[in-house]
Order: sequence, then C-alpha cells, then structure tokens
Amino acid sequence: MIYRESGQFKTTYAADQAMLPILQDKIFVLAVIALAVALPFLVSNYVIQALLLPFLIYSLAAIGLNILVGYCGQISLGTGGFMAVGAFAAWNILTRMPEMPILVGFVLGALCASGAGVLFGLPALRIKGFYLAVTTLAAQFFLVWLLQRPFFVDYSATGVISAQEIQLLGWTVDSGIDKYLFALAVVVIMALVAKNLVRSSTGRKWMAIRDMDVAAEIIGIRPMMTKLKAFAVSSFFVGLAGILWAYLYLGQLEANAFDIYTSFDVLFMVIIGGLGSILGSFLGAAFVVLVPIFLNIVPGWLGLPLDTAMVSYIEVFTFGALIIFFLIVEPHGLARLWTIAKQKLRLWPFPY
Amino acid sequence: MAFFIEVLVGGLLAGLMYSLVALGFVLIFKASGIFNFAQAAMVLFAAMFIAGMSGEWGVPLWLAIPITIVLMIGVAWVVERVVLRPLVNQEPIVMFMSTIGIFFCLIGIAEIFWGSSSRTLDVGIPRDPIFVGNMLFQTYDLVAGGIAVVLVLLLAAFAQWTRMGRVLRAVADDHQAAQAVGIRLSTVWVVVWSIAGFVAVVAGVVWGGNLGVQPVMVDVAFKALPVLLLGGLTSIPGAIVAGLIIGGGEALAEVYLGPIIGGGIQDWFAYMIAMAFMVYRPEGMFGEKIIERI
Repeated sequence: MIYRESGQFKTTYAADQAMLPILQDKIFVLAVIALAVALPFLVSNYVIQALLLPFLIYSLAAIGLNILVGYCGQISLGTGGFMAVGAFAAWNILTRMPEMPILVGFVLGALCASGAGVLFGLPALRIKGFYLAVTTLAAQFFLVWLLQRPFFVDYSATGVISAQEIQLLGWTVDSGIDKYLFALAVVVIMALVAKNLVRSSTGRKWMAIRDMDVAAEIIGIRPMMTKLKAFAVSSFFVGLAGILWAYLYLGQLEANAFDIYTSFDVLFMVIIGGLGSILGSFLGAAFVVLVPIFLNIVPGWLGLPLDTAMVSYIEVFTFGALIIFFLIVEPHGLARLWTIAKQKLRLWPFPY
Repeated sequence: MAFFIEVLVGGLLAGLMYSLVALGFVLIFKASGIFNFAQAAMVLFAAMFIAGMSGEWGVPLWLAIPITIVLMIGVAWVVERVVLRPLVNQEPIVMFMSTIGIFFCLIGIAEIFWGSSSRTLDVGIPRDPIFVGNMLFQTYDLVAGGIAVVLVLLLAAFAQWTRMGRVLRAVADDHQAAQAVGIRLSTVWVVVWSIAGFVAVVAGVVWGGNLGVQPVMVDVAFKALPVLLLGGLTSIPGAIVAGLIIGGGEALAEVYLGPIIGGGIQDWFAYMIAMAFMVYRPEGMFGEKIIERI
C-alpha cells in the first residue's frame, strides 16, 4: 500500500535511469544513512568498536569481492592478501613520505592493491572456475609472506608497527565515534561508486563475461581488458578495506591479521548476502559479523552453564549449520529475500 | 649429493601425504562435480575421533579405526540427505560454499566431543631413522608412503573390478547417461562420500601419527589444494604425480632457495608451481580437457 510506484511518472531520461527510481526507495536509503550517522551517538563505545566498525569495513571488502565474483564471475580467495597489500602499501608510503596527505596515501595504497590484483588476475585469462579459485590462493599466501619481509617492515623498532594517526583538515580521527564516521563516509562513497559502476557499460561487460565468456568475446567484449578491470577495481575496494582495517580497527599493521580465513569470511559475505548485489554485500557482512557475537551470548541468555571453550565449539558448528541452512533456503542470498519482500510489499495488503 | 637425495626423498614422501588428502577431493569432484572443501575437516574429524576414543575411552586402536570408518559412512549419509539433496542442481559455487559449511560443522562436532587440545596418536609405525649408505631416511615416512601407494592401488582395483566401481566410473563419465541407464545418483553420492571418508581416515591416521592430532591439522588442506590443481581436479594418478612433484620441489626449494630469498617459502611455493603450470595447461597435468561450447 505504501510501497507503490504508480503515479510516479518519469519525464526525463535522467529520471528514468536514476539509481533509485522509486521515491520510497530514496526515502528509505536516506533514512538508513541518517540512522547510520546518528547510531554512534546512541550506542556504547564497545558496540561501535566491536560491531559497527568491523561491519562497515567488511562491507567494503565484500563489495569489492562482489564486483569480482558476483559481477564478473571470477572466484577469488586472495582477498586477505590484497587487503594486506593495501594496508602495508599505504603505511610504507606514509612512513617514507611523511608530508603526504593521509587520504592521498590511502588512495595510493589501494592502487598498489589494485596492481597486485591485476598481476594475480593475469592467470584468469586462461584459468577458470575452481581452478582459478585455488590459483588465487597463491596470491593470499605469497603476498602475506612477502609483506613480512624486512623491506616492508623495517621501520619498526619494537616489532609492533602502529598505524599513523589519521588527520584530516584539522580533524583527528581517534575516538570510536570519529573512526566510525570516517569509515562510514568512505563506505558510503565507495558503495555509490560501485553501484554506479556496475550499471555502467563496464558493469554490463562484466556480467556478460560472467554469464558466458566465450559468447561475450564473440559479441565483441575483450575478455582480457574486462577481467583485468574487474580485478583492478575489486582489489582497489579490497585494498581500501584493508587500510581501514589496519588504521581504524586494529590500529597497527600485522600481515597475519589478513590470513586465509579473512578471505573465506569475505567470500561468505558475498555468497550469503547475494552474488551480484551491492545491498547483499552489506547484508552478508552483517550476517558474518553479527552471528558469531550473537551465538556467543545466546547460551548466557538461556542460562546454560557452558564454559567458554564449549561455547566457541558450538559457535563453530552453528555457524557452519547456518551457512548450509541459508544456502538451502535461498541459494541466491539474503538480497534475493529482500527483493522478494519488496515484490510482496507492492501488492500488500490486496494481492490478487 | 647424498644430502640432495635425502632432501628429495623426504620431500617426495611428504608429497605422498599431500596426495592422500588430495585423493579425497578428486574422488568427490569426479563423481559429483562438487569441489569438496570439507575434505580437510573430514581428515581432522576422523583423526580426532580415533585419537579421542583410544586416548580418552580406552578403546583399542583396532576397534577405534573401524568405528570411525562407520562414523564417516554415517557422515556421508547425513551430508547427502541434509545438504546435497536439497541443493541438487544449484550452481557449483553454491555447492562449494555448502561444503565450507560442512567444514565448520565437522570441526565443531569434533571439538564438542574432544576439545581442541593436542593429542598424540600412536599407531605402531616405527619411527627409527634408517641409513642407506650415508643417507638418513625416516622409517615413518617410508611406511606412510607405502600406505599411500597401497591405498591408491586399492582404489584403482575397486574402480576397475567391482560393480560399484564401474557405477562410479559411469557417473564420473556422464551424469545424465548414467541416470538414463538406471543408476541412482543419490546412492552413488553416499558411496563416494564414504570412500572419501575412508581416505580421510587413512590420511588422518598417517598425518596424526606423525604430527599429533589438533585442530590446526585442517591446514593440510592448503597443502593438498595445489597438488590437486597441478594434477587436475579429475585425475587420481594426477593427484599422486603432482603430490610427488610438489613435495619434492617444495623440500628442495626450502633447502636451496630458502636461504636466498628468506625462509617460510613452503607456504606459497607449491601454489606458485601450480599457478605457473596452470597458465601453460589450464586443466592441470592429467585433468580432462576443458571444452567450451556456446
């Protein structure tokens, strides 16, 4: 009844091609952003640091991986490696050139991740499917190993490499709320970029390659450029997420923080959230970040006398079971459930 | 020279261990086209149950191993019923994700039963070093290598000479044609997952006997994956040959290349070999040629 597009006439091409053509969607998205801005002032610092910040950063990584896996169809398990490259490149650039503005350093760091992505994307021109997925593990293991070499970390005296403070036009990002707002700004901007990119001609080429690369090649899409572009863009997002992870969440740089399980987590988010959906990346990130925390506190609510070790074992099991459950219920991910709900809402309360 | 051979043989035998894990992947991929990431968790699951039962409940090993094999058959049945059947005909990546779900479930169950502490598993394989000339070899590695070879021969004989083996080969060749002549795919999947479970038991005993049984064991998966890739996802001999190449190459690289570019290269060296080869031949050494049609 409320969610209905009848009567909303498009009088220009621009209006017809708007990102959110329906007024209600526009209002909804703006409300969500307003809520996201207001949220840190309503919840405790712990919630910001332990829930919201990882959620935002993982969302960004998931959007990046979704571009590669969901839109271009190239399965990658090297996400952790590319995150590490972004973080370490940014740190090295900012350490060696202290006069550089921090945002420029971040962008350059993400570009380095982009370069690493292109390098490890080259085999994708010949290797496909699961063969490619396993090949990208080479990126994961090799990059994390490489970043532990003395050349990249010899600026530290104590062994712990702390990240530089983020200063922006006199705004020092140090408290939980500051970090959250900084991450939120980056994620919103990048999500907009991604959303617009995937509905541009580049995005359509990616989808053509995903659906059938041989056919796409025949109608004149160059597979090499298209795939490498997907790797470059995806790794840029992922690298940026790595930078935020190191600078905002950890506050220090540690190559082992970007291990293979990070890659798996991000791939989970993409698949549980929905392949080929920007919204799905957010939903998936929320699922993967929130579920373990939720599972951790449930036994406490129920008053079950379990020791912490047992809780963590049950958590592992339940997490696996939930993944299977969601895949069976909706193999196309949470984003599909959202779409179905919207379809239902259009007819509600008078379905014919 | 003696040192070179010593390193090489040690590497080759370690490579056979990787092959043991890779075999389980290959079996399931051939029969169902599913990239079964849970194989490593099955190895851990089997090893934890054997070590746990013999260590904590005092069940003798000759009994604990058959019980675990039965348990793995049970796991195969449950997986087929609960996971594979509802997901039939889904895209490969969804199936792959579901096996990661199975991966976590199996680890969770094993830990709920046996905790995450490290256990030893002594299966009575001697561990004395033996000398050939002036070269030193580990008896354990030799015996384990022998077990791997016997297992592969057993699997080959099973596939070649039994009725079920013929069914499996038919399914691997062409799903639809196999169904058309009256083969039940669901039965085949249970059988294949059971065999993979059996392979996991063997791998678990051999790995666990050597390095102890602990949750970190699942990381053997990351050793087996490049082997799998290099050999080709559909080839059992490929898994063995690739295991030898990667095991040998890795050991030599660690000894001769490691000091030059820094230690710890065994984490990624195998992947680099596999990747370099895959660019040359995208389906691995013995994998089926990938034919693309529109």
